[in-house]
Amino acid sequence: MSFKSHTLSAFLAGALATTAFSAVNAADDTIKVGVLHSLSGTMAISETTLKDAMLMLIDEQNKKGGVLGKKLEAVVVDPASDWPLFAEKARELISVDKVAAVFGCWTSSSRKSVLPVFEELNSILFYPVQYEGEESSRNIFYTGAAPNQQAIPAVDYLMANEGVERFVLEGTDYVYPRTTNKILEAYLLSKGVAKEDIIVNYTPFGFSDWQTEVAKIKEFGSAGKKTAVVSTINGDANVPFYKELGNQGIKATDIPVVAFSVGEEELAGLDTKPLVGHLAAWNYFQSVDAPANAEFIKEWHAYTKNDKRVTNDPMEAAYIGFNAWVKAVEAAGTTDTDAVLDTIIGTSVPNLSGGYATVMPNHHITKPVLIGEIQGDGQFEIVQQTPQVVGDEWSDYLPDSKDLISDWRKPMSCGNFNVATGKCGGKGS
Amino acid sequence: MQLISRTVRTMVFLLGVCLVSAAGALAQDGLKPLVDGLGATAFPQKVEAVKQLAATGDPKVPEILDKLSAGALFAPKTGGAVYLVEGGVVSDPVTGAPVEGVAAGSLQKIRLNNMLRGAIGDAMSQLTLLSPDRNARLSAAQALLASGDTENLALLDGALAKEADAEVKAAMESARAVLILKTDASAQDKKAAIENVAARGDRGALNILTAALATAPPELVPVIQGRIDGIASSLAVWDVVQNVWYGLSLGSVLLLAAIGLAITFGVMGVINMAHGEMVMLGAYTTYVVQQTVASLAPGLSTFSLAFAVPIAFLFTGLVGVAIERGIIRFLYGRPLETLLATWGLSLILQQTIRSIFGPTNRQVDNPSWMSGTFDLGGLAITWNRMWIIAFSLAVFLALLTLLKRSRLGLQMRAVTQNRRMASSMGIRTPMVDAMTFGLGSGIAGIAGVALSQIDNVSPNLGQNYIIDSFMVVVFGGVGNLWGTFVGAMTLGIANKFLEPYAGAVLGKILILVLIILFIQRRPRGLFALKGRSIE
Repeated sequence: MSFKSHTLSAFLAGALATTAFSAVNAADDTIKVGVLHSLSGTMAISETTLKDAMLMLIDEQNKKGGVLGKKLEAVVVDPASDWPLFAEKARELISVDKVAAVFGCWTSSSRKSVLPVFEELNSILFYPVQYEGEESSRNIFYTGAAPNQQAIPAVDYLMANEGVERFVLEGTDYVYPRTTNKILEAYLLSKGVAKEDIIVNYTPFGFSDWQTEVAKIKEFGSAGKKTAVVSTINGDANVPFYKELGNQGIKATDIPVVAFSVGEEELAGLDTKPLVGHLAAWNYFQSVDAPANAEFIKEWHAYTKNDKRVTNDPMEAAYIGFNAWVKAVEAAGTTDTDAVLDTIIGTSVPNLSGGYATVMPNHHITKPVLIGEIQGDGQFEIVQQTPQVVGDEWSDYLPDSKDLISDWRKPMSCGNFNVATGKCGGKGS
Repeated sequence: MQLISRTVRTMVFLLGVCLVSAAGALAQDGLKPLVDGLGATAFPQKVEAVKQLAATGDPKVPEILDKLSAGALFAPKTGGAVYLVEGGVVSDPVTGAPVEGVAAGSLQKIRLNNMLRGAIGDAMSQLTLLSPDRNARLSAAQALLASGDTENLALLDGALAKEADAEVKAAMESARAVLILKTDASAQDKKAAIENVAARGDRGALNILTAALATAPPELVPVIQGRIDGIASSLAVWDVVQNVWYGLSLGSVLLLAAIGLAITFGVMGVINMAHGEMVMLGAYTTYVVQQTVASLAPGLSTFSLAFAVPIAFLFTGLVGVAIERGIIRFLYGRPLETLLATWGLSLILQQTIRSIFGPTNRQVDNPSWMSGTFDLGGLAITWNRMWIIAFSLAVFLALLTLLKRSRLGLQMRAVTQNRRMASSMGIRTPMVDAMTFGLGSGIAGIAGVALSQIDNVSPNLGQNYIIDSFMVVVFGGVGNLWGTFVGAMTLGIANKFLEPYAGAVLGKILILVLIILFIQRRPRGLFALKGRSIE
């Protein structure tokens, strides 16, 4: 019922917004890039920031002289948190506006919705958000973290540094938490964690009454073993969750919570003092101590004219994706999709944590994994940083995908090559 | 002879003075390298430094560790000497003397993680266990209990022997019992410890006993198992009470969200899809009021919610009157168009708020009297939920009184029951309509004030409650406030009893199915209003 209401509202709002934005006129001496992020509806809370970040990056690039001697021109559309509308808007960007590449999407549902469009019309999408893996498309670059670049190092940290033996996998009920939790469960079992020491629990989108769930966590945590919560709770549901944790007096030193969807932006709506010490795993934090990051934050504050705006991990992923595309286009000398797809593999661009991100043949990138603890000021204190990790699109811990690899270089050019059968396509044994 | 002995005595005395001051200087000198150890770059080294500091037992150490927890200790990025930086002034953490020639900007705050925080807590409790301050000793004993580090057993024994205060002594004994269970003490000692732990009867005790079960000598296993079973069965009873409480709490939130709708939809029959946005406007009003109070009169910020309630009521009430006069009055008797118009209105309001305040959540602070928990038997009751239950009951009773006792209430009921008759009795029905809609919207605004304490203050806030609100009003019986009350509480409790067994997702679906079945049997809900106007 409520889902339907969202869809309808999103559709109406989208219809309003489209007319406002698509009236951008094309000049021939520019290269157009599409920005496909929801500016209205439920996902606007997260995606609006990414739209701003993309506009800033394009602006900066134009100040440096653009790409191939041409200015970049952003075409912003609003898919209004409505998954089918994402596909329509993507088609419009590629066929009508003739954009060279698209930067966008947040939820996996929206990515799955546009994937066939990008493959059919042979265009490029840069997807900047951490996701569940189990996908590799010729036309999509995944610049956010795959599960092995976020979830697995996080539970490793919990086991090694906090002595955690019991895990609550708490998630919102949709594809990313379900797949991530499946991978994590298999991983934990392989590490010798007993089956009865893991519970998996799902709640609906926008869940706000956490009393029972938190009481359950408390109860599960009172079995004589150190317990931690691994949270894939999405979006708005996080604030009431953390409020309830704080109110029920669960401290990070008793039951730490490590979250994969809580960043600086989510904490901005929250008094973080009761949450100090709870963890998050990302590939970037605003508190990263690197010159590139300091400069990025300065530009961001100047661009948004607000020195309180925070930066977050998907923004860094967008930054990497955009710069990799610019570099690949300049190497190819053209924005033609096939040429860029060839040159972009192996391209290295600086990331914001002082290292380099390389685009791998599986269309994922290399990233360091950072574990941060929430501080009283809404920022994260980085307590661990791993070396670069290569994104693993097909998880080694799921029976369906452990034999699959992806390599988009010629001659293999395959997104799901089965090393057991030696054939491209199909699921593993 | 006397002279000599006096001289010797003086010399001995002087020597003694020298020795004492040298020892003092030595202690301070000895402390500084240990404090500098806190400036190490790796966490395990910092933990080691904290342990060493605690081991000195120096009275300065708790103060230094306090500063470390507060984030006032700084060190160069590459590690090294530790400085105290407060208000931009760099000083020595041990002596407190200002340090020249070190710029605060060249230093970095010493980072803490959970491991280090735990070590600091342990060190503090070791150091304050013998403190003259009773409360410090009490919290130290509680901290030792929580940490469960058996190395502290000897320390605890020493403290117990000296302790006179009964409450502190009891806390120390509980802590000692927990530690004893972890050591290989004699069966006799362990048995006493088991009884001590079991007497607490809470989840923590269950936790400790379960852990002890694994390492217990065979003859104690049945004793521990018996205690565990005993605690578990009493907790099971409390669980039921807890579920009822959670249910009431959820019910009170539903009641708050729905009660305004019970007026606009229930009494007036307007299908008001913008009801949720009135709640959202109330929450944003709270935010604005809180910001204003914090900037104008910071001393009153704990009471900003008290200011927010009337302001939110007036603001959303006025918006409600404007909506009624501007849109809804042209659409009476055309439910489908009302639905679409208010739907569109809700989108406009959401996007307006998004444009003004931005798409991200706004932070509404919880005042201190609404934070934390208190224990009532085996229940852990959170203050914010307690106040929201009380608040929603107060709003409900006030509304009931208004409708039953006031002139406006009388006119409202007259107009709903028979508009033409009321009109011919001289009641200005359009005026009453506007006031009624304004009242319903104002109540929704008040609900927003309460919901800002437990939910996100974002433009989507209202959408999360609109469906639930309609569900409550329809289930309870359209046009009946008591129906709304009973409906909200029933749904809340039913939801919370289903949740532990069915899970949150399935629980919600089940509730929806049950309501649909119920409405099939009783189309007018729990309390059907009897009257002419119904037909």
